[in-house]
Amino acid sequence: MNIKKENTLVFWLFLAPVLLAFAVVIVVPFFMGVFYSFTNWSSSAKADGGLRFIGLENYIESFKDPAFAHSFGVTIIYTIFNMVFINFVAFALALLVTSKIKLRKIYRVGFFVPNLIGGLILGYIWQFLFNNALPSLGKTVPALAGLANPENLLLAKPASAIAALIIVGTWQYAGYIMMIYIAAIENVPAELHEAAMIDGASPMERLRAITLPMAAQAFTVTMFLTLVQSFKQFDVNVSLTSGGPSTMFQGVPVLGTELLALNIYNTAFLSNFLAMGQARAVVFFLVLAVIALVQVAVNKKKELEL
Amino acid sequence: MNRIKVGKIIAELATLGLFLAFLFPFFLVLINSAKTAFEVTQYPLVMPKNWGTLFKNIATIWTSGNIQYPASLVSSSIITSVSLLAISLLSSQAAWALVRTKTKTSNVIFFIFVAAMVIPFQIVMFPLLSWLRTITGITGLRLLRTYAGMILCYVGFGVSLSIFMYHGFIKSIPVELEEAATIDGCSRAQIFYKIIFPVLSPIHATVLVLNGIWIWNDFLLPLLVLGKGNAIQTIPLAVSNFAGAFVKQWDLILTAILLAMIPVVICFLLAQKYIVKGMVAGSIK
Repeated sequence: MNIKKENTLVFWLFLAPVLLAFAVVIVVPFFMGVFYSFTNWSSSAKADGGLRFIGLENYIESFKDPAFAHSFGVTIIYTIFNMVFINFVAFALALLVTSKIKLRKIYRVGFFVPNLIGGLILGYIWQFLFNNALPSLGKTVPALAGLANPENLLLAKPASAIAALIIVGTWQYAGYIMMIYIAAIENVPAELHEAAMIDGASPMERLRAITLPMAAQAFTVTMFLTLVQSFKQFDVNVSLTSGGPSTMFQGVPVLGTELLALNIYNTAFLSNFLAMGQARAVVFFLVLAVIALVQVAVNKKKELEL
Repeated sequence: MNRIKVGKIIAELATLGLFLAFLFPFFLVLINSAKTAFEVTQYPLVMPKNWGTLFKNIATIWTSGNIQYPASLVSSSIITSVSLLAISLLSSQAAWALVRTKTKTSNVIFFIFVAAMVIPFQIVMFPLLSWLRTITGITGLRLLRTYAGMILCYVGFGVSLSIFMYHGFIKSIPVELEEAATIDGCSRAQIFYKIIFPVLSPIHATVLVLNGIWIWNDFLLPLLVLGKGNAIQTIPLAVSNFAGAFVKQWDLILTAILLAMIPVVICFLLAQKYIVKGMVAGSIK
């Protein structure tokens, strides 16, 4: 056997397993999914062979549905606040644990730990904290008596329940993002700081003139990472609020804290509108694809500037 | 000089305070796992009266037919370890084939893997279920509610990022290393398994960590492929099933959560260095 033939054979043999798994799990379902979103696909429409092409109807109906519009809005609000809080907290934590304080190695580990536990489990823990521990604190500390009032439970009202989701989301991801900032901050050459100190720069001035610009590269990474992760949030949503409590929107009752991923799931499995859930998933994908394209463009521009 | 000292003390105290606040929810789980149902609802914030209750609760969860904790631990371990082995072996050999074969086909395949990283699970999850059923209908191979199907899914969803990471690293390995082996009479396949695969250790670590944390904690994919309450359950599935069935029985739910966290914490303490490094490396890619 000549070398060229052997190389081609090894190429395909080495790729075959991943190509097969990738095709079965992603490529085929992806195109099926796009196709089904234009049909009346449901568990019954498939069984009796009555699958029909209905054009954009699933999309039009989705955008007319107040629950979907509300979910979209809530997801945008959640994503923006989550991004800001996570990055702010993470950067502050990174500054603290890269300063010369004692026990900084242990602190890093502590801040990072929530990120290792699944979102589902984290959501249950915080449900207990919000629904049981905080009211109990209200009963014991007179100054915080308001916490004991069932009406003041964070998870009882949509707006505060979204705030609760943001608190948990920040707690969950801040430690991870902190690690990325730590890597960026530790990459700043120590000579820069020494030179600035000799010139009499205060810690604040050094932060503004040295650390921040040097860490700017990390900001693009962390911003997009937290943007995408927040937009896709599902697990914490399920276990912390299950989308509730309900609220009125455009004259109909809708779930107050149902993020998009949960809305897609519920549309298909709770309401049994499989094709409509699929259409919403396509919209969800398009948003993420646009974000990814922007990210690529931003990175390209940065590379050119360097 | 004094101002700097005061600043340092403030930074120390602030970090300590934040550290305790970050870990407080876990502390809450621990102390309330050592209480009776009544104590949990009445006094969630005080220390437990009798730590012996902790072991009583653990025993209850361990033997409870509703959560099936030991069986779930075994299932989660099988699914995670086999998927990780398959992902690291299959995607490293694929990445090597892609790097060392400079053809148009190879470039296109690599581009498709990279582009697929944008595809969210939500767009494939509904058709995936009906399509796996179709495959079972044609081949007789059961994929839903089985280890085979679950692991196949993790390999399919995991390879894109893994190939991308291996690809970047293999590009930096000098070809001369392989040429020397060819002269010594190694075949192409031998070159990969004997020479390249061991050199990839740092990327293996990153790939194992990133995929391991994802697979162990994943909830939605097992929920769809394995379903709730069937023979094979992962730990997140079992916990959510249990919490749904025993609403407000916080003494047991929190104990179940404590038990679910223990394997992760042990792994983390053992492999802390690799985990932190791996996750940071994974984010920057």
